[in-house]
Amino acid sequence: MSEAESALPSSEPRAGVGADASPDAEVVVEIRKLWTVFGSLDGEQVVHRDLDLSIQRGEILSLVGGSGTGKSVLLRQILGLEEPARGSVRVLGQPPTHMSVTGAANVGMLFQHGALFSAFSVLDNIAFPLRELKLLPDDLIRDAALVKLQMVGLGPEHASKSPADLSGGMIKRVALARALIMDPPLLLLDEPTAGLDPEGADSFCDLLRWLHRELGLTVVMVTHDLDTLFDLSTRIAVLADQRVIVCGTARDVIAHPHPFIHEYFLVGRGRRAMEALHEGVTPPAAVGQPGGGPPPSFER
Amino acid sequence: MSTAPPLTADAQDADGALPRVDLREQDGREWAVASGRWTVLGMCTPSAWEALSVNLQVLPVREDRAWDLRPIAQLDHIGAQLLWDHWGQAWPARLEMAARHKAVLDQVAQYTTVAPPETPASLVDRFYHFAHGGLRNGMHVAQDFLRLIGQLALDLGRLIRAPQRGPWRDFSGQLYQFGATALPITALVGLLIGVVLAYLTSQQLRLYGAETFIVNILGLSLIRELGPVLGAVLIAGRSGSAITAQIGVMRVTEELDAMRVMGIPPGFRLVMPRVMALAIAMPLISMWTSIAALVGGMVAADLSLDISPSYFISALPRVVPIINLWIATSKSAVFGVLIALIGCYFGMKVKPNTESLGRGTTASVVASITMVIVVDALFAVMFKGVGFRS
Repeated sequence: MSEAESALPSSEPRAGVGADASPDAEVVVEIRKLWTVFGSLDGEQVVHRDLDLSIQRGEILSLVGGSGTGKSVLLRQILGLEEPARGSVRVLGQPPTHMSVTGAANVGMLFQHGALFSAFSVLDNIAFPLRELKLLPDDLIRDAALVKLQMVGLGPEHASKSPADLSGGMIKRVALARALIMDPPLLLLDEPTAGLDPEGADSFCDLLRWLHRELGLTVVMVTHDLDTLFDLSTRIAVLADQRVIVCGTARDVIAHPHPFIHEYFLVGRGRRAMEALHEGVTPPAAVGQPGGGPPPSFER
Repeated sequence: MSTAPPLTADAQDADGALPRVDLREQDGREWAVASGRWTVLGMCTPSAWEALSVNLQVLPVREDRAWDLRPIAQLDHIGAQLLWDHWGQAWPARLEMAARHKAVLDQVAQYTTVAPPETPASLVDRFYHFAHGGLRNGMHVAQDFLRLIGQLALDLGRLIRAPQRGPWRDFSGQLYQFGATALPITALVGLLIGVVLAYLTSQQLRLYGAETFIVNILGLSLIRELGPVLGAVLIAGRSGSAITAQIGVMRVTEELDAMRVMGIPPGFRLVMPRVMALAIAMPLISMWTSIAALVGGMVAADLSLDISPSYFISALPRVVPIINLWIATSKSAVFGVLIALIGCYFGMKVKPNTESLGRGTTASVVASITMVIVVDALFAVMFKGVGFRS
């Protein structure tokens, strides 16, 4: 812990890190002094150098960065799919590689293309982590899977379909239901709205916001879609120069003088999305009313 | 939920404990008091689950029983689902619970539905679908395969008209892939089969004192039948599956469509070079396999029957007419064309999902091996009077 303390009084303008951490805020993911190194034929390539990041319970944190800055690698390290070269990752106080069969109760992951098991029906896909416990009765599992299927806005008539018969938006919803079947407190999303049409992306964002509120989730997502970014995030972490250059609310991030942030948010596409922000729209996730309301349904 | 519910001291310190239900008497009522962690993590050890299900079994739902869920430390959807199913998917008459748990139970109550019934197909239906679908599929396969052969003929015509525009690089690459890299495995298998066959027949021949006939038996069977078939089966498993997987992946990733959009016909660019490469590589592989098997047989004959290699080599041309070699070579070329065409056919039929890719590859190997055996039988019948010394 001494190295964490020594890292704090650095002179860099880290707007968000720890700023909004109230004394009772619980750290769900803690990344300390993380190094990621890829070996290649022409020498080693350092992707992350002394990267620090902590994610508090209940927030929606977006990871942003140019391609090759290791956003997806960071997600995989949080999941324990990859080991960092140096440094530590702790999820809910444990190294992520220590999670076993009940891993689905700790972390849920929505992969970019859903990663549904193509040999199973929709319902079997959602029920898979529970069935693998080989303990709970099948009736209970089926009921629980049907509840989750409807919570992501799909009707029970889709339960017996196979993943090949689903549209892109439906695949993402089923994958989300599968990720949430054991009610994990932490949900990771890799490009949640990539490949969806604007309407589908909007309704998926509504669904994520609703689930975040209803289930009290902590969400970490990687996204390139600026609409999604400003729509959902409570905090944004920007990866550049092999570390997190700034982590804070959208306004804090945009105020940061780094050239990447200027390029990303204030030129072209970014500017258009920013105009919406300057019209005074705050991220609705922060102002949402707890409880009530059905999940945003999915009509297609 | 107006009257004061019973809250006992020992139920409150159940934080982190196993999920359980206790029965208490208070206000002249029976209260079922649930406590502990009602989460999937709390329930998922065998002992905890066993205890909880016994616990619930002795507490069936009754009209006059009230439920107190406030001592529950944690409740997730699985725990709530368990309670809801235990209540027969209806709210009990009296219920006390914390607001945060109420929200979870509300969701479960709202979304629990009966799964739409899956009508299991009757035996007659299944038979009808099997027979009908099988027949129709067979027709489709025959039609598509015929189309593939026709397309190949057209592509070959196009190649002859403009040979300088043919896919020669791909052709030579495939020739290396299918031919040169298959040499070690076919040699090994051929050698061992030759040894096995020689030992097996030498036992029988010695009974009749006809040891020298081992050259006739090995020469004819290996050159005419076993070499080509063995080589073809190995190549079908090795290269047929590779062709299907390669073209199948190209189809899954829409590379075939991209090629078509550029005006490059996949038949000309992908199917034809593979067919030509296998048509040339297959006879060479079959001859190579035969040679390896003959060497194996020769060594085994020397060891078990004292037939010297020099006698074996000098006797071979006398007992095996040269026409057998031509039959074997032409047969192998046909095998090669069939394996490549079947591999391409199943590759083109792959649907854009992983399951279909696996099924296509399996089907390709099974179909091409079957086809090799069938065509071999046809050749045997057609040339039954050719190539034997009377």
